Amino acid sequence: MTVVVTALWLQAACARQPAPVAPETSPPPPAATSTTPSPPPPPAPPPVVPTELTPEDEFASRSLEEINRESPLAPAFFVLDSSELDDRGRQVIEANAEVLRRYPNWVVTIEGHCDERGTAEYNLGLGERRALAAQRHLVALGVDMGRVRTVSYGKEFPFDPDHDEDAWAANRRAHFVITAQ
Amino acid sequence: MISMPRFLVFTAFLAGLSVIQVTTTAQPRQPRQTDEINLIIGDRIGIQPSFAVPDCLTLTPDEATAEAARTIAQVLWDDLEFEREFRMIARDTYRTIPVARSLDDLPFDRWQELGADGVISCTVEATSASQIEITARLFSVRSLESAFGVVYSGSNRNVRRYAHQLSDELHRHQRGLTGVARTRIAFVTDRYSESVLGLVDNRPVKEVVFADYDGANVRRVTVSRSLNTTPAWSPDGRSIGYTSWLSGFPEVIISYLFEGRMTRPANGNANDHNFLPAFSPDGQQIAFMSNRDGNPDLYVVNVDGTEMRRLTNHPMIDTSPTWSPNGLQIAFTSDRTGSPQIFVIGADGTGLRRLTYETYCDRPTWSPPPFNEIAYSSKTGPGHDIKVLDLATNEVRQLTYGLGSNESPSYSPNGRHVAFMSTRGSGLKQIYTIGRDGKGLRRVTSTGNNEMPGWSR
Repeated sequence: MTVVVTALWLQAACARQPAPVAPETSPPPPAATSTTPSPPPPPAPPPVVPTELTPEDEFASRSLEEINRESPLAPAFFVLDSSELDDRGRQVIEANAEVLRRYPNWVVTIEGHCDERGTAEYNLGLGERRALAAQRHLVALGVDMGRVRTVSYGKEFPFDPDHDEDAWAANRRAHFVITAQ
Repeated sequence: MISMPRFLVFTAFLAGLSVIQVTTTAQPRQPRQTDEINLIIGDRIGIQPSFAVPDCLTLTPDEATAEAARTIAQVLWDDLEFEREFRMIARDTYRTIPVARSLDDLPFDRWQELGADGVISCTVEATSASQIEITARLFSVRSLESAFGVVYSGSNRNVRRYAHQLSDELHRHQRGLTGVARTRIAFVTDRYSESVLGLVDNRPVKEVVFADYDGANVRRVTVSRSLNTTPAWSPDGRSIGYTSWLSGFPEVIISYLFEGRMTRPANGNANDHNFLPAFSPDGQQIAFMSNRDGNPDLYVVNVDGTEMRRLTNHPMIDTSPTWSPNGLQIAFTSDRTGSPQIFVIGADGTGLRRLTYETYCDRPTWSPPPFNEIAYSSKTGPGHDIKVLDLATNEVRQLTYGLGSNESPSYSPNGRHVAFMSTRGSGLKQIYTIGRDGKGLRRVTSTGNNEMPGWSR
């Protein structure tokens, strides 16, 4: 009565490796076969003499992790148990659309999140609807749908681990992550 | 011995038995074993027979055998106590009872004084470096007859499973009952303390694992440095379906435990996401939630990935499916009326019916036969409690009462117990089991946070 643990899944994750000068990539295909090798490490950026760097140039030399830590795209927040965007949420997404126009190579994933109070199962669907609502508004503002993905995380990844109203409000969000540039 | 008045007492005999069978025969003084074993122990009508399980006798002098003798007796005692069909006599009261001289040579008079109706006597022998043999007998203390006898031999790794098998066989023999001592509970854990690989820092990995129903022998199903949730067993126990963010988006994955392979029957991609798989009772189909048509709705697909069809079509959230035991209906959660409630629909998509009218209900799980009820989590305050809706009478009963939040119920395959997650106590999430009557609470896990139990068949 031995159990064979399933094969190790190596994260090829081409879309997640930092690749400052990589072309637009998509998440790895779902086929359960061999792993694809990681892309070769990017060449070291050439020494830059900073004269008239525009904001666009600044981002171009950074990794995806660094860019996301800067949070150039703000989250849109939601009321409890709702996936309706309010005025403030729509403003945030309009600002995000503006940023995305300036960086036409960026691919963004909108994550849907919930606070801890509902059940984990229902919140998978609520997170889904929040991400879809934000995506719809972004696309309605002219951003190409092919650049905008969604992922629901339900209540699995709270941003604020506390158990009060402020933390809950911070966790009910559509969170924008740049996943390729 | 106290003589009790002879009246019928309907106690918590969940298998529907109301009277303990009485079988009296001639009373030989030496213990003997009948060929036609048909002795049911217990001669006081309406009262559960009392059983004792002393440590097993060792037939070989090594430490491993001594350890096995103690483990087997304790695990057997716990397994019998779990089902609450027998009144188990506390093991620390056996101190004054002399150890048996052999498998058949028990101090029956002393056991009778302690109030035992039955004693399980067993011996353990190391037959080789890697093999063990266990002989067990259930004796009636009054008639000195052996009601049941068995010999197990096999590997000495994991001796607990011999106790589990003996418990199941005793329940079958004495009660006509299918025990659950050899079943498994799958669940989600963060105990490996790893971080998810990705662009956002510090997200805790959640992996799918399974353990024996009593929490022992935890084994990993996923080893993926990602988020994995909502495990559900296939009816044949050879695979587990779950939701995994392994590819960067939520997808239904089936892991075949003994074959080392994984499949994705819902065939998702970066845009089509799939969650919350539930196997049909014949194991041929999966119901699940998908966003593929722009909104969370329920779909059904064959396990081999063919014949995908849409089950619900409503602009609100439809999620968390569970199949009826005959495979003809699916209960699920929908917030189409404004808050999440439990609904049921025909597996062919017809005949929608609303079942709950409470504040917030989720994660329905349909009981196996012979019961006809649906357990679910219901918001009763800041948190949730486990409730059960009887489909025949439409009555709701509550299994937990506000200690922490209690969610994600899953029935044992004999329908007599419900596993669930609770935050009671430390505030961490742990798996518990409880009888379907709300009694017999047991904690199953203790390391890290553990949630979303799925009980095997």
